[in-house]
Amino acid sequence: MARAVSTRTRFAWTALAWTIAFLMFFPILWTVLTSFKTEAEAIASPPSVVAFDWTLENYGVVQERSDYMRYLWNSIIIAGGSTLLGIAVAIPAAWAMAFVPGRFTRDILMWMLSTKMLPAVGVLYPIYLICIELGVLDNRAALVVILMLINLPIIVWMLYTYFKEIPGEILEAARMDGANLRSEILYVLTPMAIPGIASTILLNFILAWNEAFWTLNLTSVDAAPLTAFIASYSSPEGLFFAKLSAASTMAIAPILILGWFSQKQLVRGLTFGAVK
Amino acid sequence: MGHIKLNQITKSFGDVEVIPPLDLTIENGEFAVFVGPSGCGKSTLLRLIAGLEDVSSGHIEIDGRDVTDVPPAKRGLAMVFQSYALYPHMSVRKNIAFPLHMAGMDQAEQQRRVERAASVLNLTDYLDRRPGQLSGGQRQRVAIGRAIVREPAAFLFDEPLSNLDAALRHGMRMEIGELHQSLSTTMIYVTHDQVEAMTMADKIVVLRAGVIEQVGSPLDLYREPRNLFVAGFIGSPTMNLIEGDEARKHGAHTIGIRPEHIVPGDPDGAPWSGTVGLSEHLGSDTFLHVHGTGLTESITVRADGEVPLRHGDRVGLTPNAERIHRFDQAGLRIA
Repeated sequence: MARAVSTRTRFAWTALAWTIAFLMFFPILWTVLTSFKTEAEAIASPPSVVAFDWTLENYGVVQERSDYMRYLWNSIIIAGGSTLLGIAVAIPAAWAMAFVPGRFTRDILMWMLSTKMLPAVGVLYPIYLICIELGVLDNRAALVVILMLINLPIIVWMLYTYFKEIPGEILEAARMDGANLRSEILYVLTPMAIPGIASTILLNFILAWNEAFWTLNLTSVDAAPLTAFIASYSSPEGLFFAKLSAASTMAIAPILILGWFSQKQLVRGLTFGAVK
Repeated sequence: MGHIKLNQITKSFGDVEVIPPLDLTIENGEFAVFVGPSGCGKSTLLRLIAGLEDVSSGHIEIDGRDVTDVPPAKRGLAMVFQSYALYPHMSVRKNIAFPLHMAGMDQAEQQRRVERAASVLNLTDYLDRRPGQLSGGQRQRVAIGRAIVREPAAFLFDEPLSNLDAALRHGMRMEIGELHQSLSTTMIYVTHDQVEAMTMADKIVVLRAGVIEQVGSPLDLYREPRNLFVAGFIGSPTMNLIEGDEARKHGAHTIGIRPEHIVPGDPDGAPWSGTVGLSEHLGSDTFLHVHGTGLTESITVRADGEVPLRHGDRVGLTPNAERIHRFDQAGLRIA
């Protein structure tokens, strides 16, 4: 039954929603605006919102001072590599837990999730020391593996949830039809789970892209991704807000564009199974 | 071919034994129906034959070959599931061709078989649709199509009609029956509906709690139920069961008489009499529920469709003496 909602109520809710959305988006908007200001205007009080001399100067300086493309490339390799590796590990794991659950499946899932509750800094020392021992500090491959492990619980959980929605009888039908395990996963399970797998990949890529704790602590030059690129503008000679904003804008632009184009997929993925 | 033999098979889930040691033979070309109340183990038994569950002990033979440890795909059986279990991302054509594709059959032969199956099942116009665009009956036909293209040794049906409405169910029942006539392949069919069992089967296997209560043709089970459970399960409306003095008169602990073997008439001189309670008018028949006979709470009688009896009328009941079934204390039939 549809409830009658007065126009005024509807207007109020819409306004509230827009306000909240604007508040959440504001820091990003402000960063982008600041990146087009001069350093003096960036710290001016009161700040001007649009009535300032728009300049691309900061972008030029940032590009000159540091090699943006190298950081970008590192980000792509680390985020992309950890995501693909994670998916490759998680699909069989989630398959097993969803379709051949054992006595401890539930506990294993909870245990995996519990590792996400541990503050990352708690394991910084051991992981840092292991990296030194193995000689893989500031190494892209090492970061790919570490970020994969950090995000693995989330990937497995998401895939497990999607796989649970697939009726087991369909996989049994495939088995009766002559499919071996490989064909079953390749021709039946994966195509049916593609929307779920796609949103898992997207979300995980974004998480890995934005991950700053490990990338900042375990890299310096060779493997430094865009998070380190931003960080490099925040300290030595004091704060230069305009340049820091330009660097930040450049760092978040790729992921923002990716997110914009895939938002439908992301929303579907995150609400999957919530409504049948 | 399709001769299936179960040899002392058992199945336990953890500590719970759902199928105690069981022997059963299904002959080549036979239409066997496993029937029983829900939870009786009939679906589990079918899944054991399919290979979707492993037996806990015992052996399964198909055409003389021991398949106990053979994976489902290699047993040469095809299965139709209650939920149809179609591949939602594939067209009807691809769904039906999937087992052939898995078997590595060449494209031309796949095409030929799919089209033949589609024409048998009236699916030719739907080959390029997705399962989501079909009705329940059409989906069930696709599932059957996917089973027949493989030319299996036997078909396994797991309550295939439960998701269909009554009219469609009747139609599909006829179609499956026709299919069995034309293919003469062994079929094993699981249902909880005794009407489906009676109308389709060559051989009915009545199960309760994993135990076979009786195996036989529909009429064998109807005429000579081996025990009270089968007597009460087979036949609609169910058999009237009477205990006490009336049963002792026949030298039994319980006697059973089917509604169609009792003739209603004048209360004077009839062996039993009572008052008509609810009467169900089906047109062709009327089922009278007679109370106050002193035998049991209510006796069901199948009378002529236009019997002039109404609620509250006195009625005499004459059972057909030759059709009285006698059971002992343990509920077993007395020959």
